[in-house]
Parts: sequence; structure tokens; C-alpha cells
Amino acid sequence: MSAAQTIPTSESNPIHTISLFVNNKPGVLVRVSLVFSRRAFNIESLVVSPAAEGRFARMTITCSGNSGALEQMIKQLAKLVDVVHAVDHTRDDAYETEIALLKLDCAIDERTHILQISEHYKAKVVDYGTDSLILQVYGSSEKLDAFIDLLRPFQLVELVRSGKLLMARGRQLT
Amino acid sequence: MDQNLPTGGEKLVQCLEREGVEYIFGLSGGAVMPIFDALVDSKIKLILTRHEQGATHMADGYARSTGKPGVVLVTSGPGATNTVTGLLTALMDSAPIIVICGQQILPMLGKDAFQEADVTGITYPVVKHSYLIKEAEDVPRILREAFHLATTGRPGPVLIDLPKDIGQGPCAAPFSDELDLPGYEVPSRAEPDKIVEAARHLSRAKRPLLYVGHGAVIADAGKAVTTLAEKLRAPVVTTLLGKGAVDEMHPLHLGMMGMHGTAYANKAVADCDLIMSIGGRWDDRITGKLDEFCTDAIKIHIDIDPAEFSKIVVPDISILGDARLVIEDLIPQVEMADTAEWLDQCERWRKQFPLKYSKQGGLRAQYVLDRLNAITAGEAIFTTDVGQHQMWAAQFCKARSNRHWISSGGAGTMGFGWPAAIGAAFANPDKKVWAVVGDGGFQMTSMELATAQIHKLKAKCLIINNNFLGMIRQWQEMFYENRLSGADLEGNPDFVKLAQAYGVKAFRIKRSADTDRILEEAHAYDEGPCVVVAEVVKEDNVFPMIPAGGSVGEMLIEAPKHKLQKPTGST
Ligand SMILES: Cc1ncc(C[n+]2csc(CCOP(=O)(O)OP(=O)(O)O)c2C)c(N)n1
Repeated sequence: MSAAQTIPTSESNPIHTISLFVNNKPGVLVRVSLVFSRRAFNIESLVVSPAAEGRFARMTITCSGNSGALEQMIKQLAKLVDVVHAVDHTRDDAYETEIALLKLDCAIDERTHILQISEHYKAKVVDYGTDSLILQVYGSSEKLDAFIDLLRPFQLVELVRSGKLLMARGRQLT
Repeated sequence: MDQNLPTGGEKLVQCLEREGVEYIFGLSGGAVMPIFDALVDSKIKLILTRHEQGATHMADGYARSTGKPGVVLVTSGPGATNTVTGLLTALMDSAPIIVICGQQILPMLGKDAFQEADVTGITYPVVKHSYLIKEAEDVPRILREAFHLATTGRPGPVLIDLPKDIGQGPCAAPFSDELDLPGYEVPSRAEPDKIVEAARHLSRAKRPLLYVGHGAVIADAGKAVTTLAEKLRAPVVTTLLGKGAVDEMHPLHLGMMGMHGTAYANKAVADCDLIMSIGGRWDDRITGKLDEFCTDAIKIHIDIDPAEFSKIVVPDISILGDARLVIEDLIPQVEMADTAEWLDQCERWRKQFPLKYSKQGGLRAQYVLDRLNAITAGEAIFTTDVGQHQMWAAQFCKARSNRHWISSGGAGTMGFGWPAAIGAAFANPDKKVWAVVGDGGFQMTSMELATAQIHKLKAKCLIINNNFLGMIRQWQEMFYENRLSGADLEGNPDFVKLAQAYGVKAFRIKRSADTDRILEEAHAYDEGPCVVVAEVVKEDNVFPMIPAGGSVGEMLIEAPKHKLQKPTGST
């Protein structure tokens, strides 16, 4: 997977990737999301999980909104008492990945075809039902987009995506 | 329960004592009873207000007049929601207040119990930070953090929501000086190379201008700014809230800038070749149309809040730090600039465009305020409400000392002036405190007359009664073809009788000729609060005026003869 992949975006509302290092406390998510909504930014995906030190948490957020307002938004995020630091990774060299789970209703005769596609994308079957399959796939968000699009014709009944996970390469701060 | 342990409420009150709190402004209710109970044995004086909004503005007036945090105590649900306006007011103007609310017991949270409101949720956008206390053990640490957050860096309001079961349950935790705030940094001194760079530009400028904002008041930077201005021989202008940081009678002071600032201040802003903001935030009331604001001037921005840099104006040099320390560091680095011609020009503007008002046709608010300025002789603390009277007070009442000018700037909160004066009067028993309010805004918190009266507080309230929501009428007259809509305050009470009904001494001014005598009598009145009602002409407008979103080029020095376009700025 190549670094710094970007999701296709519209000119006026490009997708931005931001990571936050925050106190792992109730209420932090609301404070963070208010900074976005007040500036009419739409959060596309949000991943929150404990950091290496459990009293802190990491948020990886992809959002779309006016690029001009981004710098101010990062500053306002950094200003929140519970935010230890806020970094804009939109143009950074960072390793990014995402996980998706797909449930397909499929008849026996469709399986071979589905499994061929899955193999190509290194997706794994994690549940084998008589007339359904659950697939797990990870990789860049674009790769997942492409994989999902290929499988849509086969009765894709459920889709769960993790949202983007990201880590800055080398000594740079995430 | 362990008999020897204090309750959470008692612990909280002990923490407040430990923080040096003298007064608490508030109003009780079921959920907050444990704390009110604990106050019975405390040396902290409880000031029972008539409305929770009043309590917040009193705490705010106390805070702005001292620099110390003001403390508010209210009950859950409606008690707490009544503080939202006060929180916004404090947040917008960076005033350190701490609002403590009672809350339902923990097991009832989220169950729509009686007087339960998600107060932390409701107030997220209007606080610097907030806490919902879930463990009695956290009380001491959270109280310490709240005071630290409210008063350091860019000050602001902090809310503490305290469930009743924690308030009345035991609290074993010892006092704490511990701060668990890993994301919170307080800038102090600036980077030395920024100082060097700024000093180089300041020394070189031909037409420098120092723009003093509320941050200079908060940092007590005024003396240093005065020294810097004298050394550079640079004129000084202030924002509405920057008033008082630098003595407005100082010869280099050009008064207030912005929408209703003096014409000479605004001309200087438009013509300077360097503008340095000292704790100002380039508010839209200051800059007007951004594309035309100081286009050719070098812009230096000093602020303690890094989020202010490039929020509105992209500065050439941004200096992160405490305004006083930054200016003190700058002083030895700057050289006297060659500004003689510039100062002459500013003096010519001062002579050419003085503040003026008609002396004919009845009692004028400007005259009353001009006289109040003379009679108070630069000694009084002024608070104001919001509207025309606020702008006239800002123009005519010269603030000569830091923290002697208190007004709701960022939020423009009607109802602020009178309770803020009460808070300032509690904090400054030796000073004369004058609230200048409009008849509209006064009625939003006039019930606090009772609060002032029971404490025989020497706060004075000057009501500029024009029987209109005057500023609204002015805008409708100027920009909406005088189609008045909801501007007439028909139904006003007789304010003298209203004050008397509370047992408050009241005066009325009807004629210019009586103004001095009555103001002097009220100024000398020392037995308690008093109200002066000035029955001013009903229809008068504030000038100069730069229509919202306009540039200095569009400044109206007096009533325009031509029809005006609706302003492009939002408000
Ligand atoms: C709480 C609140 N409501 C509405 C406004 C909008 N507003 C700004 S000035 C003003 C008129 C104020 O009238 P008054 O208090 O009589 O003062 P005047 O302008 O006549 O001096 C109004 C309604 C406001 N600032 N605050």
C-alpha cells in the first residue's frame, strides 16, 4: 500500500485527515464534535480508541469542509482543555489503513466468483453460512471502496467500516 | 456515614475558602441545598440574587473589576440554564467566573428526573471547560483545576455540575494542589526573535499605532504600553473593552476605535503604516470590511491565545505570550521612531473631528454622560449595559485606570450592566461604581435592585431613558426607512417609583440645567444604592458610525442626508 493516499474529493469540500491525542474522559467526544459542527464541517469517519497509555485516547477523524477554515479548526481543537495535541495529516506522509466487514447473501453457485475477488483483495471469510458470507478486508480506504463496489452486485446486505486509522511515519507526531 | 468526614458540599465550600473566595452569588434549590447548608458555617458571604442570570453578571463584574474569579452557585435544571447567558457573556469577554450547579443524584441522571437537565451538555459551547463530578474524591482536585483554568492563560468561565448525593455524601479526599491537565499550557514570555523582529518594525515605522484590547486589561499591561507608546511616540487606540488599560487622558490616546469609535481614532487606523494589537482580537466591530482594513500596514499581533492568530487577520508577526511581559520585553529593544509628522496629523484630526452633540432640544444622553465623566473625575468604575447609552458612555466617560471600565463587548448582553455594577461594588467598597444602562436592558435584570438594597451596596445606576430600544430604533431609522418594528418601549414603568418600591433612593433628571446638581448629589450619596433616571430625548443617534461591514471610508460623522443601504455586516 502506498503512503498518503487521498480519497477522491470535491474541490470545495476536500477530505481532511486529523488526529487528536486526548484525555480518555467522558464528554471529550462531544467537545470535539462541536468544534466541527459549529464550522459546518461534516465528519466522514471517526475512530476513537485508547492510546498506548490508557488514560489518553486517540481520535482519527476524516472530515470534509472548507479548507480555509481548517487551520482555525485545528487551533480550536488544540485549545480544548482535554485535547493534548491536534495534528492535520491531510498532506502528511502517514501510514493509513481501514477495516471493513461485508455480509453477502449469496447462493452456492455465486461463491466461487466472490471468493476469487476476495482472494485478489486479500479479504478473509470470517463467517461461512449456508446462504450468507461475512468477509473481512483491510487496507487503504480506496482499496476498500473498490472491493465493495465489485461486490455490490452480489446482494451486499450489510457493511461495517472502521473509518480510517492512521499513524505518522518515522519520528513525526501522530 | 463516617461522622468525622466532611460532606462533598462542605469539602467544596472549604476548597472555595482555600481559593480565597469572598463572595458567592447565587440562588438556591433542591439539588444545591447541601452546598447552601455548608455555607452557613463558612466565612464566605453568600449574596442571594433575584435571578441566576443576575448572579452570573455579578460574578463577572466582580471578576472584571478585580482580576479574581467570581463564583456563582445555583441549583439544577432551570437554575443552571438561567446561567447560560452569563456564561456566554463571560466566555466572549474572557472573564474568569466559576459556575457551580447542583445536579440530580447520580442514579437519576438521564432519567428525566425532577429538575434534571444535562447542564454540561447544554453549556459545552459557552464554557472554557466544565466538569460533571462523579466521585466525591474528585471534589478537591476539580475545584483546584477549575480555578486554575478560569484564571490562567486566556481566562474564561468554568462550570462544575455537582450531583446532590455527592454534595451530601462523605468526602475523604484531602485538599489538593494537583492539576491533571496534560493538554493545557499557559504561555508567558514570547520567543526572543519575535520580539527582535517586532521591535525592528516598530522602530522603523513612520506611522505606528498601538491597538489596545481587553487582553491588555487582563494582563495589566497598561503601564508598559504607556511607556512603549511614549518611547516610540506612537498614538494609542483602544477597543470597547480595552478602555482603561492606558489612561484615556494621556495625550497619545486617541480614544476608542471601531464602529462607534472616535473619527480621529479611526482615521489613524486607516492611515497607519504599522498596527500592533495588544490583546485585541480584530473583532468585526473593529475591522469593518476586512478587505479594506489597514491594507498597507504591517500587522503585529500579541495574544496569549494562539487560536486568535490568523482567525480574522493574518498578521505579519504573531507574538504568543502574556501581553504585559511581551511589551516589557519590547521596550528596551525599540528605538524612538520618527513620528513627529504622524502625531501632528493625528492632532489635526482630533481638532477637526471632535466628538460632538447638539446642546439644544431637551436633555441629551451625551450631555448627561459628559457631565458624569466630569463629576466622577476619572475615579469611578463604570459598568454599562448594551445599546446607544453604552456607546455614548464609551465615547464620553474616560476610563483612566485599569479595570475601571466594564462592558459586555463580545456577546453584547442586555441586562449585564446593573448586576455587573453590583458585583464590582462588592469587590470595591471604597470606590464609586456607576452603571450606565438603557431603559430596555435595565428591565432585564432590574430585580437586582433588591440585591443591592439589602446589602446597602453603594452601586449607582444611571438609566438613560429614551423610551425606546434605542439602538434598534437607530438602525431602523437609518437602514430600514424608519419603519419601526418592536422598538418602542411603551409600558415602561416610572423608574423612580420602581426604585423606591425596592426602598432604593432615586433621582430624576429632566432638564440639562439640573444635571450637575443631581449627578453630584447621587455621586455623594453613600447610604446605599441609588438610581438616577435621565429622561432624555427619545430620538437621538450615535455618531460617528461605521455601518456594519463597512470601511472607515464609509464612516458617518453625523446624521447623513442621503438614504443608506442596508449594512453588509451581519449585525
Ligand atoms: C439580551 C439581548 N437582547 C437583544 C439585544 C439586541 N439589542 C441590542 S441594543 C438593543 C436596544 C437596547 O435598548 P436600551 O436598553 O433601551 O438601550 P438604548 O439603546 O436605548 O440606549 C437591543 C434590543 C441584545 N443586545 N441583548
